[in-house]
Amino acid sequence: MKMLRDTYALFGRLLKHVLRSPDTIITVTIMPVAIMLLFVYVFGGAIETGADNYVNYMLPGILLMSIASGTAYTSVRLFSDREKGLFARFNSMPISRSSLLIAHVLVSIVSGLVTVFIITAIALIMGFRTNAGILQLLTALAVLTLFMFALTWLAVIAGLGAKSVDGASAFSYPLIFLPFISSAFVPTDTMPFAVRVFAEHQPVTSIVDAIRSLLCATPAYNAIWVSIAWCVAISVVGWLVGRRVR
Amino acid sequence: MRNIINNAYNTSNANGASTANNAHNGTTNSDFAVSVTGLTKAFGDVNVLQGVDFTITRGEIFALLGSNGAGKTTTINILSTLLKPDAGNVTVCGFDALLHAEKVRENISLTGQFAAVDTMLTGRENVVLIAKLRGIPKSSEVADKLLADFGLTDAANRLVSTYSGGMTRRLDIAMSLVGTPSVIFLDEPTTGLDPEARLEVWRMVKNLANTGTTILLTTQYLDEAEQLADRIAILHAGKIIANGTLQELKKLLPPAKREYIEKQPSLEDIFLAITHNTRSECDERDEQVKHSKEVA
Repeated sequence: MKMLRDTYALFGRLLKHVLRSPDTIITVTIMPVAIMLLFVYVFGGAIETGADNYVNYMLPGILLMSIASGTAYTSVRLFSDREKGLFARFNSMPISRSSLLIAHVLVSIVSGLVTVFIITAIALIMGFRTNAGILQLLTALAVLTLFMFALTWLAVIAGLGAKSVDGASAFSYPLIFLPFISSAFVPTDTMPFAVRVFAEHQPVTSIVDAIRSLLCATPAYNAIWVSIAWCVAISVVGWLVGRRVR
Repeated sequence: MRNIINNAYNTSNANGASTANNAHNGTTNSDFAVSVTGLTKAFGDVNVLQGVDFTITRGEIFALLGSNGAGKTTTINILSTLLKPDAGNVTVCGFDALLHAEKVRENISLTGQFAAVDTMLTGRENVVLIAKLRGIPKSSEVADKLLADFGLTDAANRLVSTYSGGMTRRLDIAMSLVGTPSVIFLDEPTTGLDPEARLEVWRMVKNLANTGTTILLTTQYLDEAEQLADRIAILHAGKIIANGTLQELKKLLPPAKREYIEKQPSLEDIFLAITHNTRSECDERDEQVKHSKEVA
């Protein structure tokens, strides 16, 4: 009970951070949207994907990219709470200890979902269409949420372990670029062997494939299970390491 | 030497604070708010605390004096259950800090070295948040009262990022008083403040002590300890090398020589006098106008 009360109070506090600094949503949205515009209207005509609608093809990758850049802010929020002594203040109070971290994780996921909805709305304007049923849409959303959860734990490690704000957000850069070396924008079979092996065995490819198949209403169960396994594995490792850092 | 001379000017002040507290202590003298024995703590190869012992009586202002890196903050962090000691016993309000950390947290409040306030919230939201986390039923009433006590009513609904350093520190201390904890740890409460804000914090600490709150404050300013503390302990190289009232500590030195010197105003005196005059000029212009008419 106390855990819920404390989490609610701390969640409300962090939500105000997000609402009062719109840049956390805007910067997170602008870059993936710009890449989406670039790929659809500049490169898109020359890319042979086998799909008749390139927006449909690349939307999952763009969403993962925005989620990755969004978690950088989670990391920065954690870093500044530690740096400003707010963690010390809260931890010296009779509150439920886990509520501190849970509130950060929840806010990370909520702001990630907001970004996902904004980008999907822009994609709809650009011609994104889906014939997925409600259950398939919810499954796609669940996989995305699990991905947010997994990356948030990496953000926890970075935020609590970093020595500077830049260090706290730097962990997200490779994650933001991971979709480029995956099936997110082009099919992997045109890539050189070594790159292809990497691309086909990194989490982004299976997550992109899973979401793409769900949005096309032809669920690829194999990709869905593999992506869930990846997200759970990353979360567990992140959680275990994050506890130690703390 | 300089300190001893200064004492002549300050004694009336310091004595005033200590008598008020002694009156409050009354019969609870044997009852320690904080008791620390054989406390050790090392970070890697660095032995920060090497057997620290001290006790703080309920209702007293206790100053832990030491230079940078002496281990003041480490001691405070152990007392406020943020750090675990390597060895030693720590009791706060009768509860062991390791075995009953939760009980200790219910009784204490920590005001860290740097104001731990959320700059993205308003002053009011900050206090309300702490009240909610402490499970206080009428959190907004409590917040309004505290903000008024600390002269922050007008700024209550402004974001803390727009506050001055002194206002931020006042808010920080106000947040520490939510739920009236019986022991308050103030870690270098005046570091980085301008002289005016520093005096303001001193006044707050004295008022707080008058309500019976036990205060442990760390400081590297000797005059701060002289001004505020009922008892002073000097932490040096991981150990308490002196502990007692100001009078007792003075006995550690040879008796003061009587020298006659001209009292020069310190830069602080000048600064405060000038800035205060300017302020009252603005505030009391009407009165001055009236006064000059009468004189005429």
